[in-house]
Amino acid sequence: MARPDDKRRTGKGRNDARAARAVSAPEAGGFQTLFAQHQATAVDSLLRLVLDPVASLLTWAVIGIALALPLCLLLLLQNLQQVGTSLEQSGGLSLFMEQDVPAEQLADVQATLTAHPRIASVDLLTADEALAEFQAASGFGDLLEGLDENPLPSVFLVMPAEAADASDLQRELAALPGVELAQVDLEWVQRLRALVALAARFALLLASMLCVGVVLVIGNTVRLAIENRRAEIVVVKLVGGTDAYVSRPFLYTGLWYGVGGGLLAVLLIALALFALQGPVSALMQTWNGEFRLRGLGLSNSFLVLAGAGLLGWLGAWVSVMRHLRAIEPR
Amino acid sequence: MLQFDDVSKRYPSGHEALSHIDFQLARGELAFLTGHSGAGKSTLLKLIMLMELPSSGQIIVNGQNLSKVSRKALPFYRRNIGLVFQDHQLLFDRTVYDNVALPLQIAGMDSRDIARRVRAALDKVGLLSKENQNPVALSSGEQQRVGIARAVVNKPPLLLADEPTGNLDPALAAEIMQLFQQFSAVGVSVLIASHDLSLIARMRHRMLVLDQGRLRAAPRQV
Repeated sequence: MARPDDKRRTGKGRNDARAARAVSAPEAGGFQTLFAQHQATAVDSLLRLVLDPVASLLTWAVIGIALALPLCLLLLLQNLQQVGTSLEQSGGLSLFMEQDVPAEQLADVQATLTAHPRIASVDLLTADEALAEFQAASGFGDLLEGLDENPLPSVFLVMPAEAADASDLQRELAALPGVELAQVDLEWVQRLRALVALAARFALLLASMLCVGVVLVIGNTVRLAIENRRAEIVVVKLVGGTDAYVSRPFLYTGLWYGVGGGLLAVLLIALALFALQGPVSALMQTWNGEFRLRGLGLSNSFLVLAGAGLLGWLGAWVSVMRHLRAIEPR
Repeated sequence: MLQFDDVSKRYPSGHEALSHIDFQLARGELAFLTGHSGAGKSTLLKLIMLMELPSSGQIIVNGQNLSKVSRKALPFYRRNIGLVFQDHQLLFDRTVYDNVALPLQIAGMDSRDIARRVRAALDKVGLLSKENQNPVALSSGEQQRVGIARAVVNKPPLLLADEPTGNLDPALAAEIMQLFQQFSAVGVSVLIASHDLSLIARMRHRMLVLDQGRLRAAPRQV
């Protein structure tokens, strides 16, 4: 509830806005006047919210939480996708050749693979190189010295051009002459990717539902604001206020509800990321080392603010259309 | 300035609030609209403000036929009429100055012109010293004068008042009526709905007497 002294302060705010207008608009130009009117109304609408902090904060919190929830989910999925991509880059297809494939045939296969449109890069690990690597890495060097012949096959490490499903490429390559086995590395990464895509779709659905919710909440709050200022609306209409003039303060009220809620959502997300960063880093250390959770970033944060403002404006507009037109002087 | 041609107003309930009203109000003329409560005074004013539409007949204000005023043009039409309410209808969330400035702000006037006009209007009703107060702090007579300042601040050619002295004691009421006379003297047409017969009789202006929706006596210009 606004106390009388609050009201007086609101009035003072108007005077300030008026003073500002006197400086900025020396002559009554149509556009300048309209701009000044908008400015004054925007400031006045914001002041009304700020001067009733408890009620405004509650509404902002509802909007902020409703927006933060799907955004958090989307961010989480984006981060998960990032993990999948980095893992996928370490994998591809391994093409194990039969033992004792002649060098010419290896060269033929390599040429075929290199020319293949769906393959980005090919590395040949010959049997000798494989043995040398294994000797160096495994510590069985002396034992392997004793073998008459190299038990390891030559291997082509194939990186597909696109990250999509590699199973038909796998089948095609398995049929090449001299190929013993074509194996997709990290099949689970593909499953993860599919799962993430599914979850992302779910998050989008959730987001759209919650956005509708935000529009309705703001619409309802603005409806109450309209009710509270019914007497003023009647007077304004009787002294010649156009529908646009009468609607303007409420549209700005909706805008500010939205922007405030968006701001709170951005803060909530930052807080959640801050809380998650520690455990996630610990988890990723057991895997492949460095990983930082990616937050919204500056430009996306502004996008959230703008989007939330738009939702607020929309909610107010719906409310104004439904309720304000119905208030006529009687 | 104001012309009613055979105007009737029947409500959907069947109640006929006004029937066959004919009268004219000249530029700069002051007239009283009187009659018992329920005689149709408020309805007549509402028709002029286009808060209601007549069931038949036509109303012409300042050369404009009201049946031709579209919803979009309505606010601009209303800016030509000053309206004084019985209960002043001031907004208590802003100062006296801002209350009076409202019609000018709505019209998009430059703030320096607004300041000049608002101070002139407040000066006229003798409240220039109270411009920064909240109307809550004023007496009812002062509040009514603020309401009058708001009605005349954009210099409308027609001023309507609905029981402007209804809540005031006789001395204050006479003061308010004097104000209206001054406006009429500078060319504003004034129509005042009032049932304060003793006060009206003393003022020797034309009287439009409504009786059950009919105009009993409407002598032309005295």
